[in-house]
Amino acid sequence: MANARNEPPQPTQSFAWLYDPRTRGIILQIALLVGVAAFFIEIALNTAANLKAQNIATGFGFLDRTSGFDISQTLIPYTSTSTYGRVFWVGLTNTLLVAVIGIVLATIIGFIIGLGRLSSNWLVARLATVYVEIVRNVPLLLQLLAWYFTLLIALPLPDAALELPLGIGVTNRGLYLPAPVWQPGFGAVLMALLAGIAAAVAIGVWAKRKRLATGEKVPAFWYGLAVVVAPPLLAFFAFGAPLSFEYPEPDRFNLEGGIVLLPELIALLLGLTLYTAAFIAEIVRSGIQAVPRGQKEAAAALGLRFWQVQRLVVIPQAMRVIIPPLTNQYLNLTKNSSLAVAIGYPDLVSVFAGTVLNQTNQAVEVILITMGVYLAISLLTALLMNWFNARMALVER
Amino acid sequence: MRHQTRILAAAAAGLIAMANATHAHSSTLDEVKKRGDLRCGVNIGLAGFSAPDDKGEWTGLDVDFCRGVASAIFKDPTKVKFVPLSAKERFTALQSGEIDLLSRNTTWTMSRDTEQGLAFVGVTYYDGQGFLVRKSLGLKSVAQLAGASICMQTGTTNELNVADYFRTRSLTYNPVVFEKNEEAVSAFNLGRCDAYTTDASGLYAQRIKLMDPSAYVVLPEIISKEPLGPAVRQGDDQWVNLVQWSLFAWLNAEGLGVTQDNVDEMLKSGNPEIRRLLGTEGDYGRGIGLDNDWAYQIVKKVGNYGESFERNVGKGSRLNIARDQNKLWKDGGLHYAPPIR
Repeated sequence: MANARNEPPQPTQSFAWLYDPRTRGIILQIALLVGVAAFFIEIALNTAANLKAQNIATGFGFLDRTSGFDISQTLIPYTSTSTYGRVFWVGLTNTLLVAVIGIVLATIIGFIIGLGRLSSNWLVARLATVYVEIVRNVPLLLQLLAWYFTLLIALPLPDAALELPLGIGVTNRGLYLPAPVWQPGFGAVLMALLAGIAAAVAIGVWAKRKRLATGEKVPAFWYGLAVVVAPPLLAFFAFGAPLSFEYPEPDRFNLEGGIVLLPELIALLLGLTLYTAAFIAEIVRSGIQAVPRGQKEAAAALGLRFWQVQRLVVIPQAMRVIIPPLTNQYLNLTKNSSLAVAIGYPDLVSVFAGTVLNQTNQAVEVILITMGVYLAISLLTALLMNWFNARMALVER
Repeated sequence: MRHQTRILAAAAAGLIAMANATHAHSSTLDEVKKRGDLRCGVNIGLAGFSAPDDKGEWTGLDVDFCRGVASAIFKDPTKVKFVPLSAKERFTALQSGEIDLLSRNTTWTMSRDTEQGLAFVGVTYYDGQGFLVRKSLGLKSVAQLAGASICMQTGTTNELNVADYFRTRSLTYNPVVFEKNEEAVSAFNLGRCDAYTTDASGLYAQRIKLMDPSAYVVLPEIISKEPLGPAVRQGDDQWVNLVQWSLFAWLNAEGLGVTQDNVDEMLKSGNPEIRRLLGTEGDYGRGIGLDNDWAYQIVKKVGNYGESFERNVGKGSRLNIARDQNKLWKDGGLHYAPPIR
């Protein structure tokens, strides 16, 4: 009995689990999850009910309907009798075109400017600083409009087209390039080129193995260049130069024929590239400055030459600092490309979330699709860059 | 613990209630009266139809219609909140309830009327799509624009009409499409395009903004029907009727010779049609939830349709557009309003 008196008062056994912090935590989490899910389901149901009540068409059936309008730049076949679904793909490819070219150019320019900021040449370093400070502090939309209208003013009207060598024509309606026309036999040239590239890769691998094994250096680069260039050239002449060009010719209003780079595309690329490059330059500069000076000095002490120090010691370490923020800039560039609508470039937002939305007025569906696409592009870019980052990470031993 | 759960439950309930709030539909007229102003969606800037003047006051034919409806409801033309909208935003703004009335040179089409939850109430301006080109090109017809670059605005019937026109004739053209009219006109002005297209009324309005208006000419050909009119949301018949009859009263006032200047004298008129219009006879305001002097207020505050037309786009304006098909039916035009009786 005395024993029993010493025992603490037992809470009702069946509810004891309720006082376990772990269980409580789980219950709360579930309750929150259910609450959030209920909230979004309610929004979805409510939206659907309201759209129905207001007699607004819903669903994705509109994607199969005829669009009835034309688009200035289409990378895939499209006419005004194509469907809204087709418009989506036209817009998407136009967006991707700008994103991919923009990312490549912005990276190149950004690295050059970033290195320029670290240059020991006073003028180069100052010019790079001025560039970065001006470009990244002016709103992108203004820069795009400025580039666009400057191009329209600066470039000649079609009746006074500027004719450059190689049949290139420049007007304010676009940059007209000769279009290659493949003749029969050109396939063989392509095959030769592919074979050459494969051989060059093999030579590179072989040269590296040999160097690691024996220390003997092979001029692999020159060998590689030879096997990439020579076979296609031989094939080209062997098959009687199976390539001709279609040159742009003046028509009543514009130059016609050839490949046209619209001024809208050029202005958009200029604006996006130069803007993003300013940010990339800062990332590159900070990445390189993050490498301790001792690393460079140690490399130099080992007898490496300047470029070897950069290539083998500084840049691999700088890349670990550079890549994560670089990914951000790539995502920004892709998302900023949606400003294209202001200067009449037919990107996804302009033709799909713009014209299609307006013709069908199915705002909810169109905006959902568009947001989903940007999300997918961004996640894919991030995934690629994370993979690249993992590869570049310092392997610690 | 229990306290926390209660807060959570209350929060969830609150959110659901918030989402549900839009379920309840009260009458648009009641909402407008309670709010104390009419929210009217207008063009961001289209001379003659809706544009702020040098004092920052909104003026134009579309703007006058908003003021007319506000006068009918509040007896006060200033009780309007103008919401400037781009072509792309206009329908969403109406559907979402951001505005009560869309009076923004909007073409009445079947899909807009039947699939987008809108109800068009009539036509304030009979328009058609035209083309503005440089005089120096020496063009006579739209078909001669084959191969040309054409600037236009996105989200308009214009974009579709051009495609139809050139497709029907198996001709090609290069569309250059902008979100905002300003950029489309600037690009045209700088020679990016050989032609600029929009509704003919818009062409006249834009031409006066160009660097050298006399160097441009509007092609005589009109390629489409563009009946421009006000629209409201579907589902509130009283509101549809109110807006629709405001328009009819506006037109009928002109037909009966009731003007802003003589409307007070006309109150003493013996003509039964005028008496019914001005509310000295009958009880026509009740059916639309207003006082019987609703139409009197419209004419007193903004004038009749013809007066507004001449003041904004006709002889009294810089646009100087001829009335032509926008005359009343009895003068050979297309405007024909049902009688008030």
